[in-house]
Amino acid sequence: MNVTINGAAHELPPGATVAQAVQRLTGVRSGVAVAVNDEVVSRGAWESTALAEADRVEVLTAVQGG
Amino acid sequence: MTNTADTADTANTMDTMDTTGTAYTMNTAYTMDTADDLIIGGEKFSSRLIMGTGGAPSLEVLDQALAASGTELTTVAMRRLDPAARGSVLDVLRRRDIKVLPNTAGCFTSGEAVLTARLAREALETNWVKLEVIADERTLLPDPIETFDAAERLVADGFTVLPYIGDDPVLARRLEQAGCAAVMPLGAPIGSGLGIRNPHNIELIVEFAGVPVILDAGIGTASDAALAMELGCDAVLLATAVTRARRPELMAGAMRSAVSAGRAARMAGRIPRRRYAEASSPSIDGPPPVHR
Repeated sequence: MNVTINGAAHELPPGATVAQAVQRLTGVRSGVAVAVNDEVVSRGAWESTALAEADRVEVLTAVQGG
Repeated sequence: MTNTADTADTANTMDTMDTTGTAYTMNTAYTMDTADDLIIGGEKFSSRLIMGTGGAPSLEVLDQALAASGTELTTVAMRRLDPAARGSVLDVLRRRDIKVLPNTAGCFTSGEAVLTARLAREALETNWVKLEVIADERTLLPDPIETFDAAERLVADGFTVLPYIGDDPVLARRLEQAGCAAVMPLGAPIGSGLGIRNPHNIELIVEFAGVPVILDAGIGTASDAALAMELGCDAVLLATAVTRARRPELMAGAMRSAVSAGRAARMAGRIPRRRYAEASSPSIDGPPPVHR
């Protein structure tokens, strides 16, 4: 299954969850938020939310700014 | 310290005495009749200097500058997680017990800003957001239409919204009516250091506002921050003026003093401007003694 994580193509096993997608980038959970196809997926739902082919996953955190 | 050539570039003692010592004194030097807390969205702050974190050369420099500024509220931006990044601005803020204010910097549309605010709420566990929807990369001026639309949606979604806007008294009033917790008019474009280009409009915003007015963007040096407070702003938000100063920590202390001094001057009530002189010494009967 091909998905996009932060703009880069990734191949994940069929039925992979948001948690698995986040794991591709970081093991840290605090200070991190995820949107799939422009909808926020709350941290508590990462394990139970399955991704679909061509989903766009954005994994964000706070950086210096403003 | 008698050698002035030395004081410019050496001496941590100067930093210690001048930034830390004087700044701490400044906050208690003037006597307010009552506690002079800044209250935004029901939350109290004793510092009226809100800091941004953009532009600092390192987290260490940022950390020192934030400490010297005395800030209790500081903005961060939301960006794609970089697995290679070392250290986090969040660690700095947590260590200093500074409340985090996520912004929506980099958003051009209401939809982007709303999504970014929701991601920030999820990541940082705060419903506060500095709403920033810019119109173009060249001026970074805020887009009033997209900003207003996003503000309405975010207020409806339970956010405490602090919108960054032009120095427009009408838009400020409309955003207050829409339920924003504060308004943040610019002094001049972001990072320009041009100071407050339209003090009259800032005064009008202050005059009509029922929520805190936070002067945001354009501050170049301490006198700009003092002027913002003298005009009646409730707080000042700045970043570049400190983070890109030659000595960020020293400038942070200067800003802290300037905001305190400007606030005190506002509360004290300045004298009216006069066209001609008014003697401050008592008048004398007859000619001055030297001519007698």
